[in-house]
Amino acid sequence: MEKFVQIEHVGQTFDTKKGKFVALRDIDLTIKKGEFIALIGHSGCGKSTLLNLIAGLTLPTTGVLLLEDREIGGPGPERAVVFQNHSLLPWLTCFENVYLAVERVFGAKEGKAKLKERTAAAINLVGLDHASAKYPHEISGGMKQRVGIARALSMEPKVLLMDEPFGALDALTRAKLQDELMKICEATKATTVMVTHDVDEAVLLSDRIVMMTNGPAATIGEILEVNLPRPRQRLTLAHDPAYIDYRAAVLEFLYEKQAHVEKIAA
Amino acid sequence: MSAMTMDGDFGTKKPVDRNTHSKPGAEVAAEPAKETKMEKTATLPAPVAGTPFGEKLTAFGRAILPPTLGMLILLCLWYVATMKGGSIPGPAQTWEAAKVLFADPFYRNGPNDQGIGWNILSSLQRVGIGFGFAAVVGIPLGFILGRSKFLADMVNPIISLLRPVSPLAWLPIGLLVFKKADPAATYTIFICSIWPMIMNTAQGVQRVPQDYLNVARVLALSEWKVVTKILFPAVLPYILTGIRLSIGTAWLVIVAAEMLTGGVGIGFWVWDEWNNLKVEHIIIAIFVIGIVGLILEQSLILLAKRLTKESS
Repeated sequence: MEKFVQIEHVGQTFDTKKGKFVALRDIDLTIKKGEFIALIGHSGCGKSTLLNLIAGLTLPTTGVLLLEDREIGGPGPERAVVFQNHSLLPWLTCFENVYLAVERVFGAKEGKAKLKERTAAAINLVGLDHASAKYPHEISGGMKQRVGIARALSMEPKVLLMDEPFGALDALTRAKLQDELMKICEATKATTVMVTHDVDEAVLLSDRIVMMTNGPAATIGEILEVNLPRPRQRLTLAHDPAYIDYRAAVLEFLYEKQAHVEKIAA
Repeated sequence: MSAMTMDGDFGTKKPVDRNTHSKPGAEVAAEPAKETKMEKTATLPAPVAGTPFGEKLTAFGRAILPPTLGMLILLCLWYVATMKGGSIPGPAQTWEAAKVLFADPFYRNGPNDQGIGWNILSSLQRVGIGFGFAAVVGIPLGFILGRSKFLADMVNPIISLLRPVSPLAWLPIGLLVFKKADPAATYTIFICSIWPMIMNTAQGVQRVPQDYLNVARVLALSEWKVVTKILFPAVLPYILTGIRLSIGTAWLVIVAAEMLTGGVGIGFWVWDEWNNLKVEHIIIAIFVIGIVGLILEQSLILLAKRLTKESS
C-alpha cells in the first residue's frame, strides 16, 4: 500500500510561562490511503495536538509531516477538520455553513448551481435535508455535529480529521452517528484520522488504533490493527470474540500500562 | 452573544434575560411548537382558573410600578424642597412654563432666539455628524488594531494617553483649526466618540472565538471572506456596544461644548436662559436633555437586539 500521510520523528514543544513544555516527542506514523485511524489516550496525552499538526493548524517543533510526499506547511481544505464543538458559524444557516466551504474549494471552477447542488448533496449525505435552512442554534447538538461532518465532507478532502467529534453527544446519538460515519467512509473511501477517548468507538470504526502514552512528552505507545471484516454491525460485534479481544487490548493499555492518569491530568 | 452586548443595561435587563433564556437552548428550540400547542390545550378547558391573565397583570405591575413610584417620589421631593419659594421653581411652575414653551417649539426670532425644537435638532445634528465621522474612522481602525498586535502595541499608549482627556480640552484646538464654533463643537463630539468605538471594535476582533478562526484557516478563506463572513458578524455586538457607549458620552459633551461655543443648540439655550434668569426653562432643559439621551440609548439597544438576533 502506498504511503499517504507520513509523520516522521515529530515532536511538539510549547513555550509556556513556566518554560518549555514538551507535548509530543518521537512520533512516527504512516497512514495508508483510505485507512481509518483512531488516536486514543487519556486526556492531556496530546492526541488533539497530533491532529492539529496533521491539519497544519500548528507546525511541529521537530520532524516533518507529509501528505502525498509534500510537506504540510499550514492548514488547507484538502485536510478537512471536524471540530470537537462543531464550530458552525452561528450567523449562517446550515446550508450557508456548508456552502462557505464548497464555494471556497470548488468556486473557482464551478458555477453557482453546481455549488448549491454539492452543498445539498453533502447535507443529504448526513440526513439533514429538513434542517438545511435552519440556524445552528435551532438544531440539536447531534445535528450540529452532522452539519460539521457535512461541511468537512463537502470539500472532498484527501484526509478527514475528526477531533472527538461525538464526545459531547449522548450515547444513543453517538451510536447513530458512528453508524452513519461508517457508511459514509465506506462510500467515499475517505482517509480518516479520529481523536477519541471512547474504546468502543475506536474498535468499531478503525482499521488501526494508535494508542498514546500519557503526557507530558507523550508518544505512540502501541498500534493495534483491527482486522474485523466490513461492513461492521455493532450488535453482532458485541458478541464477537475478536472484537472483545481488541477491546480488552485497548483497555489494558489505557488502564494498566498507562494508568497513572489522575496525577497527570491534575 | 446578545447577553454580552446588554451588559450594563439597567431598565431593560429583565426582558433581555428572558429572551436569551428561551433562545440559545438548541435542544429546547427544536420543539417550541409542541409546547405552545400543549399550553393551549391545557388552558382552554379551564378558563376559570384565569391565572395567566392575573400573572400577566402582576408581571406588568412589577415592571411598571417601581419606576412610576420612583418618579412620584422625585416629584414630591422637588415639590417639598421648593414649597417655601426661593430661586428654584417648583413642579407646577415648571409645568406651566413647559406648556408655553412646547406650544410653539419651532419659532424663529433671529439667530439667538429660536424655539426649543430647533435647539434640540441642531444639537442632535452636531452629535450625528461628529458621531458619524467617529464611526467611519473608529470602526475600521478598531478592526486594524484588533488584527495586528504590532499596530495595537504601537497605538495603545497613544489612546491611553488621550482617552482620559476631557473632550472639552480639545475645543480650543478645534476653534483654532476650524475658525468657526460649529465645526469645533462637532469636532469635540468626534473626539469623544471615537475612543469607545476603536476600543470596543478592537476588543471584539481579539475576542472572536478561536474556533471560528480555525474554520477560516482550514478552509483557507480569503481575507475578504474572513472579514465579511466571520469577523464582522462576530464583532458586530461589540461594535454596537461601542456605538452605544459613545452616543451616551457624545450627548453629555455636546451640552457643555455648546455652552462654550454659543449659536443654536440645547446647551447654548441652557446658558442663554441662565443669563435671562429663566430658571424654569433650565429645569425643563435638564428634563429634555435627559429624555433625549434616554431615547438615543434605548433606540440603540433596540437596534442592537434586532441585529444580533438576526445574526445569531
